[in-house]
Amino acid sequence: MADRPLRAATTTPRMNPLQRFSAVIGIDTHLLGMVGILAALWIAFDVLTNGIFLSPRNLFNLALQASVVGILATGMTLVIVARHIDLSVGSLLGFIGMFGAIVQVDMLPVGAWYTWIVTCLLMLVLGALIGALQGWWIAYRGVPAFVVTLGGLLIFRNGAWQLSEGKTISPLDETYRLIGGGIEGTIGEFWRWVTGAIAIAGIIWLSLRTRKKRQRYGFSVKPLAVEWALIAVWIALVVAFVQTMNTYHRPRTEIPSGIPIPFLILLLVALGMTVVAKSTKFGRYVYAIGGRPESAELAGVDVKRITRFIFVVMGTLSALGAIVITARLNAAASVTGTMTELNVIAAAVIGGVSLTGGTGAVFGAVLGAVFIQSLENGMILLGIPTPTQRIVVGVVLILAVWVDVVYQRRR
Amino acid sequence: MTGAAMATSPPLVEMRNIYKHFGGVHALEDVSIELASGEVLGILGHNGAGKSTLIKILAGAERADAGEIRIEGEPVTIENPRDAKTLGIETIYQTLALAENLDAPANVFLGRELTTQSGLLDEEAMEHETGTVLNRLGLQIASLRETVMNLSGGQRQAIAISRAVYFNAKILIMDEPTAALGPEETAKVAELVHRLKGEGLGIFLISHDIHDVFDLSDRLAVLKNGRLVGVCRTRDVTKDDVLGMIILGKTPRGQPPRDAGAPGESVPGAMGGGE
Ligand SMILES: Nc1ncnc2c1ncn2[C@@H]1O[C@H](COP(=O)(O)OP(=O)(O)O)[C@@H](O)[C@H]1O
Ligand SMILES: [Mg+2]
Repeated sequence: MADRPLRAATTTPRMNPLQRFSAVIGIDTHLLGMVGILAALWIAFDVLTNGIFLSPRNLFNLALQASVVGILATGMTLVIVARHIDLSVGSLLGFIGMFGAIVQVDMLPVGAWYTWIVTCLLMLVLGALIGALQGWWIAYRGVPAFVVTLGGLLIFRNGAWQLSEGKTISPLDETYRLIGGGIEGTIGEFWRWVTGAIAIAGIIWLSLRTRKKRQRYGFSVKPLAVEWALIAVWIALVVAFVQTMNTYHRPRTEIPSGIPIPFLILLLVALGMTVVAKSTKFGRYVYAIGGRPESAELAGVDVKRITRFIFVVMGTLSALGAIVITARLNAAASVTGTMTELNVIAAAVIGGVSLTGGTGAVFGAVLGAVFIQSLENGMILLGIPTPTQRIVVGVVLILAVWVDVVYQRRR
Repeated sequence: MTGAAMATSPPLVEMRNIYKHFGGVHALEDVSIELASGEVLGILGHNGAGKSTLIKILAGAERADAGEIRIEGEPVTIENPRDAKTLGIETIYQTLALAENLDAPANVFLGRELTTQSGLLDEEAMEHETGTVLNRLGLQIASLRETVMNLSGGQRQAIAISRAVYFNAKILIMDEPTAALGPEETAKVAELVHRLKGEGLGIFLISHDIHDVFDLSDRLAVLKNGRLVGVCRTRDVTKDDVLGMIILGKTPRGQPPRDAGAPGESVPGAMGGGE
C-alpha cells in the first residue's frame, strides 16, 4: 500500500512546461535558463559583430580566456555553497604564480625535462597548504572567512611583490608554457578526436548504467527514446565542440589548432569537481553544511574538518589557475590576477550559486564564467571602452542575484 | 536487592549529577537518571525545564559542565554527535535537525552514506533503503527525490525517525517526536516505540505533554527549572499525580529516598524524591 507513493514520480501535475521538460531531461531549470540566456547573448553578439563573435577564431580565444576564471569558479562553488567566501584567490594566483616562476627560473635547471613537472607539483602543494592554513583559521579558530581571506588578499598580493621585489619574471620554461595554450599549447587532430571519443563513450556508459541501476531497484526511468535522444544531443554537442575547435587554424598555416590545453584543463576540472560535489561524501557534506551547519553537525558531519578541506580544494585550484595564467602570459608579475576574485565570485553567483548557501552547481559556475567572459569578449569586439565593460558586468551581477532572490522566494 | 541487581547487569545508560548552565541560566542542576534495555523512560516538564538540554548532553550536541555518563557501566566521554552514534545512541531532535536543501535519502544517510565499490555515493541504494525503512515504519513520503524544504511536517518527522532507527541503535532518544504529527501518524510512532522496546532498545521519550508519554513509558522522570523533581514508575501513579509533579515541582505522597526509581525497581509506589 505504501509502496506506490514511495516511488519518485518524475513528473507531477503542478509543474509548468519548462519544469516538466527539465525533469524529463534531468537538468535543473536554473541551469537550463542559464544555457538559454548564454545562447541568446552569443547570438546577439554574433549579429552585432557581423559574425565575428561566433567565428572559430573568437570561440578559440573565448575558451582560452574563460579557463582561469572557470577553474577557480568550480572551487568557489563549494566555498559559497558552504556559506563562506574566498576573497584571496586573485592574490593567491599572483603569489603562487610568482613562486612558480622563481622556482623554474632561479632554482631548477632551465630546459630540463622535469622542470615543469616539479614546478607544477610544488605550486599545487603550496596552494593546498595555504588553503589549509586559511581553512584552519576559519574552521578551528572561528574567524569569519570574509576576514581571513580579506587578510589573505593583502598578504598574498604583497607577498608576491616581496618575493621578486616587484620584478616581473620572464620568460618561463618552454614546456610549462604549453599549459597556457599558446601557439603550440593545444592538442592536435588525433588527440582531439580521442578526447571526443572518450567523452562520447563516457556519456553513453554513464546514462545506461544509471538507467539499469534504477531499473534494478524498480525506480521510474525516462522513456528509452528520451534517454537516447538526450544521449544524441550530448554527442552532437561534443562533436560540434571538437569540430569548431578544429576549424580554427593556427595563424598563417593550414594546421588545425585543436583544443587549447587550458580549456581542456577547465573541462577536466569541471567534470572532476562535479563528481566531487555530487557523488562524494565530502561534496554531500558541503551541501549539508550549506543547508544548516548545526543540522550537519548533529547528523555526525565533522563540520570543521570539511570546512578546512573546502579551502584546501580552493587553494589547490588557485594554484592550478596560477599555473595556467603564468604559462599563458609567459611571465609572472606581482599584479597577476588582480581583481580575479571578483570575477570568480561573480561567475559563481551568475551561475546560480546562492550566497545564502546550500544550492548551486559546479556546472552553473562554469557557465557563469563563460558568460562573464563572453560579455567582456563581445564588448571588446564592439569597441566598448573598458570602464563601460566593468559597469555592465556590475549591473549584470546585481540582476543575476535579483533573479536568484525572486527564484528562491517563489519556491 | 537493588544493589545486587545492579551488580549483575548495570543499567544501559546512567547520567549522574549532570550540571549545565547557559550564561546565568541554570539549565540543569545535579540531574541523575538511568535507563535499562527494553525500557521506555518518559521525561516530562514544562517548556524550558531542561529536557532537551539533558538529552543533548547524552547525544553529544551539548557538553555538560559537570557530571558523569556511563553506558552499560562503562564511563564514557561524549564530545560530539559522532561519539554518541559510535556508542549506539541515536537521536530524533525536537528541531529534527534535517538539511532542508537535501532530499530524504541524503538526510537519512547523512554522515553514514552508502557508497559503491569506487567509493562514490550509491544514490540508488540509499533511495531504495530509505523507501524500505519508511515502509517498515509504516510511514510515507510521496517523492523521495523532493528536497525536504518542500515536505510537510509529518514527512520531515518520518525522515528524522527513519534516520534514527535505520542504524540499529541501542539507545534511542526521541525529543517531542509527535509534535508535528496528526493522530494517525502519532499512533504509528506509538506502535514503533512498542516494537523497538520489544527489540531491546532503551528509549528516552521526551514531551511537555503527559498524554504523549503516559501510556508508552515504563517510568517517568519529571524536570522543573533544571532540577529533577522525581522519577516514578508509570503503573504506580496517575496522570494527576504526575501533573502535580510537573506543575508544583513536588512529589505528591510517600517520599522515598532520592536514589529510588532505578530501572527494574520493584518497590511498590517507589518515587524518586526531589529536593
Ligand atoms: N543554547 C542555549 N543557549 C542559551 N540558553 C539555552 C540554550 N539551550 C537551552 N537554553 C535554556 O536552558 C533552559 C532549558 O531549555 P531546554 O532544555 O530546551 O528545555 P525543554 O526542552 O525542557 O523545553 C531554558 O531556560 C532555555 O532557555
Ligand atoms: Mg525541548
